[in-house]
Amino acid sequence: MSLQASAAVQQANRWDGGVCPFGAGWRTVMLWWFIISDGLLFAGFLAAYGYARLSVSNWPDASQVFSLPFLTAMTVVLLASGATMTLAVEAARREEWSTCSTFILVTGLIGLAFLGLQAWEWRHLIADGARMNTNPWGAVAFGAYFFVITGFHGLHVFTGTVVLATAARRVWARRATAVGVEMVGLYWHFVEMVWVFIFTLFYLL
Amino acid sequence: MAQTTEQTTDMRHGSDAEHAHEPGFIRKYVFSFDHKVIGIQYIITGLLMALVGATLAMLIRLQLGWPDRVWPLLSQIFPKGYVSGVMTPEFYLAVVTMHGTIMVFFFMSYVLVSGFGNYLVPLQIGARDMAFPFLNMLSFWVGSISALLMISSFFVEGGAAAAGWTAYPPLSAVASAVPGSRNGQTVWLVSMAFFIASFTLSGLNIVATVFSERARGMSMWRMPLTVWSYFIASILGLLAFPALTAAAVMLILDRHTGTSFFIPIGLVVAGQHLSHTGGSPLLWQHLFWFLGHPEVYVLILPALGIACDVIPAFTRKPVFGYKLSVWCLIAVGALSMVVWGHHMFVSGMSPFTGEYFSVATLTITLPMTVFGVNMLASLWGGSIRLRVPMMFACAVLALFGSGGLGGLYLGNATADMQLTDTYFVVGHFHMMIGGVTLMATFGGLYYWYPKMFGRMMNEKLGTAHFWLTFTPFFVIFFMQHFLGIQGAPRRYYAFTAYDFLRETRLQNTIISSAAMVLISGQLLFLINFIWSLFKGRKAADNPWEATTLEWTTSSPPPHDNFGPHPLTVHRWAYEYGVPSDVGDYADQRVPKERVAVTA
Repeated sequence: MSLQASAAVQQANRWDGGVCPFGAGWRTVMLWWFIISDGLLFAGFLAAYGYARLSVSNWPDASQVFSLPFLTAMTVVLLASGATMTLAVEAARREEWSTCSTFILVTGLIGLAFLGLQAWEWRHLIADGARMNTNPWGAVAFGAYFFVITGFHGLHVFTGTVVLATAARRVWARRATAVGVEMVGLYWHFVEMVWVFIFTLFYLL
Repeated sequence: MAQTTEQTTDMRHGSDAEHAHEPGFIRKYVFSFDHKVIGIQYIITGLLMALVGATLAMLIRLQLGWPDRVWPLLSQIFPKGYVSGVMTPEFYLAVVTMHGTIMVFFFMSYVLVSGFGNYLVPLQIGARDMAFPFLNMLSFWVGSISALLMISSFFVEGGAAAAGWTAYPPLSAVASAVPGSRNGQTVWLVSMAFFIASFTLSGLNIVATVFSERARGMSMWRMPLTVWSYFIASILGLLAFPALTAAAVMLILDRHTGTSFFIPIGLVVAGQHLSHTGGSPLLWQHLFWFLGHPEVYVLILPALGIACDVIPAFTRKPVFGYKLSVWCLIAVGALSMVVWGHHMFVSGMSPFTGEYFSVATLTITLPMTVFGVNMLASLWGGSIRLRVPMMFACAVLALFGSGGLGGLYLGNATADMQLTDTYFVVGHFHMMIGGVTLMATFGGLYYWYPKMFGRMMNEKLGTAHFWLTFTPFFVIFFMQHFLGIQGAPRRYYAFTAYDFLRETRLQNTIISSAAMVLISGQLLFLINFIWSLFKGRKAADNPWEATTLEWTTSSPPPHDNFGPHPLTVHRWAYEYGVPSDVGDYADQRVPKERVAVTA
């Protein structure tokens, strides 16, 4: 688009039709609404968890069940993948495609590492006797909510790594756009953000 | 900016490719990307599902109207449901459940929201198609899997789900509670999962389309109320459905992995002490109604939007208070997210919470009343052309007013304690999400049929169909309010065992007879629909002399809607009662040099 035309569009009201508001294409708009909707799925699970937890007096003490240093490590790992994802988006904006591809790949690998840590945590808790319908520490609902909420989040991380692998390949083959990489980043940051909520509400409280 | 350029090239590229080779039958009518074909596919699927839902309604009314008659024929059709000609209570529950589920999710959501939504939104905003046509096709096919699953649940062991369309646990969670809670409930839940996926995809598409695909000049304040209503309804769907997804996942786990999200401690079912502990059936009610209440607005807002667009074409004057109506839709949408508790007043809710939910619910009355009065005022002083779509639009108003009155009683916790789970509720919601939506669906079908199929529907058959629909419908559900005041509880398969309800026998027989008239009346519609497809009078491009964009293209419109050149919108959607070279109106494409712009 020529400079004059773009200036003309910028002058007209973005909501007047013919252009996308927010300067974002429909793909980005759609992804944002998907993220809101998907976020509310976690909100549903977390609200149910809150409801269940507040209605009993014997909810297990998080510090007894979980190892906080281990969980902090998990959180740091996931947040680190957010940093590399941001670097990938930046590289895509500068059109440095090989750098971008590398950073996406690194992000995916860190994501897999997070999943590995989560599997380790699950194995540990299962060995201690935690199940969907029973656990040695207190309220039975604890096990069910723990496995469902962290399981759903893990599923999202897994989906994310698949998306990242695809994106890395496409960027490597120069078949991607900066907007595309940014959208992958949006989804990945969303998955991270959900973890922050889970970490705070389930593990810390 | 790069994004915009990319999209324009995309669009141009798309239309070139299309001229190059016409798609074959399968790509054109079956696995089509065209929003118009997908919309019609949704409408046809929804109408077929409505036939099933209506048949179930007939079984319900036969049972309630003549509870001690023996039906040998039905016994042959449903050998397990009718034991030696008499309906079993378990079968009645399954029929009620499936009637509600099918009508809410597979008739109204399909025809009114996904069907008309897909068909109308791109046309009315001047877009070439939905933002993401492939996703649109996917949403329809995922949706049909869901519909097929729901129908198939009748044939699994134990029969269809029997816990009501609200699927309250423990009835829906414990397999031994009722036969329908064996495999039927599982199929129900899986079908709902597919439905939610399909509805989400469709909603994402509508929202993104309204955001990003509007033609030049089609500002938000120039969109027809129909588009506004789909926009808000789709956002509501996206915000509300995830709660049901979460609840459905937990219910499936309760049923199959031994968790106790919803099953309380110490429950005894069929003499058996269950091992579940620690769940809460109330949690389901909260999650379900967090979806369920916005869901009724997802259905009713498009109905109101359609009525608002039909009315001005037949009164020849603009809708009254357009901007205020839009703000009302937005306010109703926002409020609908925070009132779910009014479905649970008798659940042992704290009186303070109940008070909050009462006040919030009654607050919805304000924007809804303003909206209704705007619709009424839209009739005032118009030169009314009483054609079939207009009659149905007036029926929308009539039911919206009278059904809405019942809402005042039910929204108030004190009155609701008495009326909850009675036929007052049944009468109320059938008038609102049953009736307002049904009348708008028919109004919309008669109104846009010429655009969809290029032929007019028969006016005389349509008029007869209108009276045979509206009159019995009003009789049935108006009378049910009174049954409710007398204390008749819903979901009971017969009232013969209760002294205080013996008096209501005649009322139920009248209601059932009216229901038979109502259902037979739909045959006229079916005949009209099919006959007009082949023999109807050829429709002009703009047979109703309306102003919105879909009427500026041919009937039916070509695949790319408005041709290869981008169109420009010059005015709002309600330029009626102005002198122009075509009569007393100007469509949205007429430039201001030719006809003055009033808004």
